[in-house]
Amino acid sequence: MDAAIDGTFLAILAPFVAAALAPFVTRIAGHNGAWLLALVPAGIFVHYLGFLGQTAGGAGIASTWDWWPAMGWPLSYLLDGLSLMFALLISGIGTFIVLYAGGYMKGHPQIGRFLSFIFLFMGAMQGLVVSDNLITLFIFWELTSITSFLLIGFNHKKEKSRRAAIQALVVTGGGGLSLLAGVVMVQLVAGTSDLSTLLTQPGLLQTSPYYLPILLLFLGGAFTKSAQFPLHFWLPNAMEAPTPVSAYLHSATMVKAGVYLLMRMQPILGDTIWWSTILPIFGGVTLIVGTLLAVRQTDLKLMLAYTTVASLGLLVMLTGTSNEVAIKGAVLYLFAHSLFKGALFMVAGVIDHEAGTRDVTKLGGLRKAMPITFFAAILAALSMAGLPPFIGFIAKEELYLGIWGTSPQFLALTLTAVVGNALMLVIGFAVAFKPFLGAKTETPKPAHEGPILMLAGPVVLSICGLASVIFLSWTGQYLIGPMTSSVAGMPLEANLHLVPAAIKINLILSIITVILGLVLFARLAVLRGAMNGILNAIGWGPDRGFDQFMSGLVISAHKVTRLLQPGQMDIYMKGAFIVTAIAVLVPMIVLDELPAWPEMPQMLFYEWGVMAIAVIGLAAVLAAKNRLTAIAALGIQGFAVALLFMLFGAPDLSFTQFMVETLSVVILALVMTRLSLYQNDHRSPVKTVIDGTVAFAVGGGFFLLLLSVTQQPFNTALSDFFREHSVAIAHGRNIVNVILVDFRGVDTLGEIAVVAVAGLAILALVRFRPKKKLPPLTEADAIAAQKKEAAV
Amino acid sequence: MRTVIFRTTAPYLTSLMVLFSIFVLLRGHNEPGGGFIGGLIAASAFAIYGVACGVPPVRRALVFHPMSIAGTGLFIGAISGIISLFEGVPFFTGLWVYPSIFGVELALSTPLVFDIGVYLVVLGTIASIALGLEEREKI
Repeated sequence: MDAAIDGTFLAILAPFVAAALAPFVTRIAGHNGAWLLALVPAGIFVHYLGFLGQTAGGAGIASTWDWWPAMGWPLSYLLDGLSLMFALLISGIGTFIVLYAGGYMKGHPQIGRFLSFIFLFMGAMQGLVVSDNLITLFIFWELTSITSFLLIGFNHKKEKSRRAAIQALVVTGGGGLSLLAGVVMVQLVAGTSDLSTLLTQPGLLQTSPYYLPILLLFLGGAFTKSAQFPLHFWLPNAMEAPTPVSAYLHSATMVKAGVYLLMRMQPILGDTIWWSTILPIFGGVTLIVGTLLAVRQTDLKLMLAYTTVASLGLLVMLTGTSNEVAIKGAVLYLFAHSLFKGALFMVAGVIDHEAGTRDVTKLGGLRKAMPITFFAAILAALSMAGLPPFIGFIAKEELYLGIWGTSPQFLALTLTAVVGNALMLVIGFAVAFKPFLGAKTETPKPAHEGPILMLAGPVVLSICGLASVIFLSWTGQYLIGPMTSSVAGMPLEANLHLVPAAIKINLILSIITVILGLVLFARLAVLRGAMNGILNAIGWGPDRGFDQFMSGLVISAHKVTRLLQPGQMDIYMKGAFIVTAIAVLVPMIVLDELPAWPEMPQMLFYEWGVMAIAVIGLAAVLAAKNRLTAIAALGIQGFAVALLFMLFGAPDLSFTQFMVETLSVVILALVMTRLSLYQNDHRSPVKTVIDGTVAFAVGGGFFLLLLSVTQQPFNTALSDFFREHSVAIAHGRNIVNVILVDFRGVDTLGEIAVVAVAGLAILALVRFRPKKKLPPLTEADAIAAQKKEAAV
Repeated sequence: MRTVIFRTTAPYLTSLMVLFSIFVLLRGHNEPGGGFIGGLIAASAFAIYGVACGVPPVRRALVFHPMSIAGTGLFIGAISGIISLFEGVPFFTGLWVYPSIFGVELALSTPLVFDIGVYLVVLGTIASIALGLEEREKI
């Protein structure tokens, strides 16, 4: 662990820098700026490639940058098989996404902003997977929610986009809060939130009495992010986003963050009865629901979105088994899925871009017009269908082997997996073959091949699905093996074979899956009709439930606000002052700590004079008939207090008090003239007495409080420290100022931030204009209102 | 309030007050003063100018919107804390340099930069509130 800023920290920072530069680059170079910008994720990818050898040897690379020791919150990263695989996927696919976005958004006036958001997201996602500390992981986790909100709602003029964006933010943000609570509990139970430390103590959390709440809170985060049923609805709705976003966020990265978290926590929280019950149930249900809903869709992107939901379910299910072979299957499937789903989403985007529609029933015969796209689509779909010789096939072989016969409920799990995978094959074929084969249909745009910017991604990713099998031993040694070891929490080797040595159960299951899938594919239209019938019969779904939840939330928030904020200044002020008086007086009286009455101090004549000025100011306030006079008179009293500070040796305080008094008189007077309130005080005698009592209680309470404070023995530890060190280490003789800008600089930074934000709020209030022009209140109106109130 | 005498003297008064506020800001580390008080003085200077001559001349004189001045101040304040990170010392550690200009040793430090940030935040915020209230037109 060294303290230096090394290359990986720069890699973490790089996407954020690129986000700042992206608008300028596209302003100069147009959409071709994507070529330049894609160098950033490509560079990050190359940087991470360099670690493959180390993680394959089982080493984890960790480094800490303790940027602010007093906070105990260092920036640290941990690269092992798991995080390195994710980092490579994020930067590798990210490179092609940037290129693809350049082609897809060509000529769009806000292409710079779009790329900027993509980079922000990339940075957040990369930070999430390499963080060693759960707190930093959580911060990046929330950043991915926020940036995906910006991306999903990119077409913010469409109402559906806005709804989808808010929905995604509410669901994943809510899950984030759950995760935060879980992280805090881990910190309290384990005494650390560093993953590298936690990973060395397996069993610590599993045996803790707080294990179940911690697990549930983490699952709350992971299940919302990874769209597990019944919280899956935000993901298909998020397809409102431009296709580069869907291809990036909703195939390879953001939705996998939940799976990443589960895999990361598997050695720490996994392998318990709860873990291996909850995860497979939710995962299995999500798998089946996702595929069935996908069958129903005719929109290419929505079909893919629902299969993504299903794939995430499969991954959660496999992770939940906590057995090494199933985990190896999950790791392989995750890798395969990122490649083929990213490619297929981009293919769908190319078709949409060049043919003008994504409706699978309106597309056909595009193979001649778009041969390269067709080629990429076939490769990706075959991998998705789990056919040899693609990585998807290897993944399916391993995962069947991992499920079969390893747990009491293995038959149910196997059945789920077979049906889910068969339906996945149906969708894969429907997306890849339906638009290209058959008779040529009329499309809204005359279809032609997409530009190279948009084809690079799908072609490279789908070829990777094949290449990773051709170099299968390399893939196993450097990617799958290390990642499986990290997830399982023990060193494991991944010996992968394309041709099985013996006919085992997994090969038979694979064959059943393919046959079942082909049969269903032939009956796709029937299946679609049946699903539509069932769903229409149910009529209610979580998506509508979300709307009901949101409107209920808004209504109750409105009610609470009305209750607490009736809109009358009078009530706010009275409430605040009564609470202050109670807070000051009650403890003193109840605990019998009223101060002793002091002796009258010897005062000089000018000190008496200053006191007299203050009293005269107060008398003038009470006597004033006009509000403006009262405000000015209050200023007299304030100046007198400032003079007292000056006489008793606090020049800074007195200085500030003078300025504050002056400005508050000026500002109050300005407010008065602006609001055109009636100038005089029209309170009824009863109200005057009530207000007077409250005022007296607050004033008297503070008098007693200050008196008892001065009667305590004075502790000089702090003032001695400041007097001693002010010049010595902060080079300043004005202790007050040194405290403000040096010793307590961070506090002051917070305070000036508050000042600025409060200023913004006040400015907004000052600028606020009611939509209808209300006639100004006349004095007669005011008196009438007052009488009515008094009567009530 | 817009008497001829007030209107004529207000610009001189304002410029003197702004000058004084900078003086107060800079002496703050050793003598009574500092960014907060300086900012308040400067803000009241502009408030006086606004009362005397109307808001548009003040806005012209300030060039930037007061709220962006406050934002800049906040930025400078935060940056002054971050500088120390590049020196390898913890966040917000005060750093000092003593360049010699024409034979006079000048003490410059990150706390001074931070204090300038405070000054700008207070000046910008209070001035924007006061000017916002003084603008009476669109009621």
